[in-house]
Amino acid sequence: MISFREKVPKKVPGLSTASLPDIIFMLLFFFMISTTIRENPMIVRVRPPSATEVQKMEKKSLVSYIYVGKPGNEARFGTVTRIQLNDAFQPVENIGEFISKEREDMVESDRNRLIVSIKADKDVEMGIITDIKQELRKAEALIINYSAAQGTREAVFDNF
Amino acid sequence: MLRRREPPEINAGSMADIAFQLLLFFLIATTFNTDMGILRKLPPMPDEENPLQQETVKERNVFTVLVNYSNQLQVEGRLTDIRELRGKAMEFIENPDNDADLPEKVMVEVPFFGQVPVTKHHVISLQNDRGTSYGTYIAVQNELTAAYAELRNRLSLERFNVSFNELATGDPRREAIETIYPVIISEAEPKDIGGTEE
Repeated sequence: MISFREKVPKKVPGLSTASLPDIIFMLLFFFMISTTIRENPMIVRVRPPSATEVQKMEKKSLVSYIYVGKPGNEARFGTVTRIQLNDAFQPVENIGEFISKEREDMVESDRNRLIVSIKADKDVEMGIITDIKQELRKAEALIINYSAAQGTREAVFDNF
Repeated sequence: MLRRREPPEINAGSMADIAFQLLLFFLIATTFNTDMGILRKLPPMPDEENPLQQETVKERNVFTVLVNYSNQLQVEGRLTDIRELRGKAMEFIENPDNDADLPEKVMVEVPFFGQVPVTKHHVISLQNDRGTSYGTYIAVQNELTAAYAELRNRLSLERFNVSFNELATGDPRREAIETIYPVIISEAEPKDIGGTEE
């Protein structure tokens, strides 16, 4: 047994890192495929309500976002519910202009398929949402999406 | 004298570092695609060309859902718990016993099914107060959507032995089921714009 032990080399061989780049590349491709470039920085705080009957938004290029909620920085911007278009607070009357700008940025054939996703906080009052809906109807952006998070049925009832 | 020399190998040791940098960039600059929600179509704004249609809808065809500013739910004139909404909506849409208080049925020719009685003229009228919270509104919308989804799914399983979600968009079987249970949810006009009827 002793002679057998002597044959074991004293130094542990170095771990080969040659395949490390391959592993990292694999991770990289995973993230490149499954994620999308971050949209605008959020200046309003949005905690989406839960729903069970949510649909995934198929084509991201067709979607424009309207964020509604209380400002994230309450000390600076107050606690009144505001609308965020692109990266600034906007009054509700500017939605028409916003929609026509979004339309201009789209491929011509897709312009009628514009989807407006309303991302609103669950504690927002419906009055402001109704105003937004009226502005969207005026701008003829009729396909809308009430943004919501996938949740259980109990979570939906908790919204109440 | 001429010796063929092997070209020196490129050191790939820093490849991992470069890949790491790219990876970190994507980790920071991107988000997972989490945008999901309830899709709805708004009615077009009434104007001179297509004025607001003051259609008279029969009382039995209308399912009124009201949510007030303190987030209480009133269904067909009665204070109701949100848990009961789905069942009530399903009963209204389907009208299984041909009840005289529930929506009237019209015979419609549907592929795969033949002549089917369909509650074609039913309307779910959803009205809310300006003070209703968005979360409550979504919960109600969700329950109404779920009522349709459940009916469609049941019919799909019964008839085609597949769940409704497995039928692709454009599938004639899907369209047939959509004809039998059409989604008609009317989000009422705000009171100061037009009437409450659509």
